[in-house]
Amino acid sequence: MTSPEPSAPVPPLSGDTSAVVGWTAALRVMNVTKRFHTGREIVTAVDDVSFDVREGEFLSVIGPSGCGKSTLFKIIGGLLGGFSGEVRVGGRSIQGPHRDIGMVFQEESTFPWRSVLDNVAFPLEASGMGRAERLDRAAHFVSLVGLKGFERRFPSELSGGMRQRVAIARTLAFNPKILLMDEPFAALDEQTRYLLGDKVLQIQQATKQTTLLITHNIGEAVQLSDRVLVMTYRPGRIKAVVEVDLPRPRSDDVITSDAFARHVAGLWRNLKEEASRGLAESEALVSGGAG
Amino acid sequence: MSDAATLSGRVRSRRPRFSPAPLLGVATVLGLLAALEALIRTGLVSPFVVPPPSTVLLAGIDLLWHGNGLEALLATAFELLSAAVLVGLIGLSVGTLLYRVTALRRTYEGWVAALAATPLVLVYPFFLVMFGRSAATIVAVGVVAGLPPMVLRTIEGFAGVRPVLVDVGRALNLRPVRVFWSIEFPAALPVIFSGFRLGLGFALINIVGMEFLINYGGLGQLINEHAELYDLPETYACIALVVVVSAVFVAASEHLERRLRG
Ligand SMILES: Nc1ncnc2c1ncn2[C@@H]1O[C@H](COP(=O)(O)OP(=O)(O)OP(=O)(O)O)[C@@H](O)[C@H]1O
Ligand SMILES: [Mg+2]
Repeated sequence: MTSPEPSAPVPPLSGDTSAVVGWTAALRVMNVTKRFHTGREIVTAVDDVSFDVREGEFLSVIGPSGCGKSTLFKIIGGLLGGFSGEVRVGGRSIQGPHRDIGMVFQEESTFPWRSVLDNVAFPLEASGMGRAERLDRAAHFVSLVGLKGFERRFPSELSGGMRQRVAIARTLAFNPKILLMDEPFAALDEQTRYLLGDKVLQIQQATKQTTLLITHNIGEAVQLSDRVLVMTYRPGRIKAVVEVDLPRPRSDDVITSDAFARHVAGLWRNLKEEASRGLAESEALVSGGAG
Repeated sequence: MSDAATLSGRVRSRRPRFSPAPLLGVATVLGLLAALEALIRTGLVSPFVVPPPSTVLLAGIDLLWHGNGLEALLATAFELLSAAVLVGLIGLSVGTLLYRVTALRRTYEGWVAALAATPLVLVYPFFLVMFGRSAATIVAVGVVAGLPPMVLRTIEGFAGVRPVLVDVGRALNLRPVRVFWSIEFPAALPVIFSGFRLGLGFALINIVGMEFLINYGGLGQLINEHAELYDLPETYACIALVVVVSAVFVAASEHLERRLRG
């Protein structure tokens, strides 16, 4: 639980190129390690992870299920303590939740007792924005995620994907400087996923929000990101940091280009190893448990 | 409806669509009463065992109009209201405390559960000594009986709040008090209210029982008097009035729940 000294060496796969390129980091993750103690076993969910995120950058995190992506995001969001290492936002070490960071959670997180509109207005209400203004703003973001006409519905009257869109709108409406999204499009069909991803990207490009996205969808990662961070399976380390040097805006031409396909293929190779290792390990566990 | 109209005004609660359930419930009760009436009229059931519902109805109207039925009804309702407020406030506070402080919860939750299964009305001599033969004693017994389910369900309600909802508030940097009132409380409310309604039921049973027992105030006393004189129609009419009180309170609590959640 001790923070490393500021001069601690940064491991080679950190993605920290700030010294070379000279950009400012909106977010620095420095040697973060998190272990869970469960009964008799200790799980290292995140192992010595370091990376920097540029201001206004779109960074995707991709890795096999259970590799520690959500854990990493909860640490960055200040929701999870008991880790070693340090997270810095705007140069300052964070202790707990930070007002510049907005999160979209992997689990369903809408408030069932609030209508769609009131869900989206919640963070604005909490920050003390006036009623008329916040409802206006909320309505704007509700229609942005394609839920116009559903303002007065309650989450129980929506599909899983629609609820997830409410959660996305709720975080976007708050306009955080840094946006953390944990598989926000997982419950959506391919077309909606693509269109909504594109919309989030448009907002991000317009507002220059620093965005971190967890996804299992390689195409989505390439479509949206400036860089993609590939994580290993247990312990969760950084395996590779891939620059996506495709031109923006990522029009249909770009998405159907050879360069795009090459990026997808490259990421897939990186990931395949880890995914098979993850599966093999759980199979070993199952057969071991049965024996 | 224009957009502005749709968006103006915070949505308070879901507008329930028409549901036949309450009407069907009333129809069933009326049907059963009619069948009973028929059984008595045809002589299959002796009117000295069960008075015909029509007679009970007339006796009830007479009690409310000319007798002291209305007075008794209001006395019982007022006692129940006092007990309900106390059960709500004390139960919520104690339940929240037990939920928050794990050590307390481990120590006392089992005891509260045991109390819930105990005929707490038996502690009435204690209150009789403290408050004398008065409404205070009756309310106190009602509160004691109503508290355990309220406390248990409050704990359960908070324990069942999905952690991610709390995380939404924490991620927004809300203070814990704010997270409690704007997230944990509304999220736990349905379960808390199911405990409150259980508590209301226990309180009413014990309030009427106490009125009967110490022959003081309210519908319980009225039942006592008429039963002793073997005035069966009046006795049954009083019991029906207890049901009316109960129904009104349950409906009011449902209304309150919607208001608090919205
Ligand atoms: N609260 C916890 N207690 C114990 N272990 C935990 C806890 N949270 C996560 N873990 C463990 O940490 C590891 C990483 O979990 P995490 O949720 O971060 O994975 P993930 O990469 O987000 O997976 P997925 O893609 O399936 O969402 C898992 O092995 C999990 O069992
Ligand atoms: Mg996850």
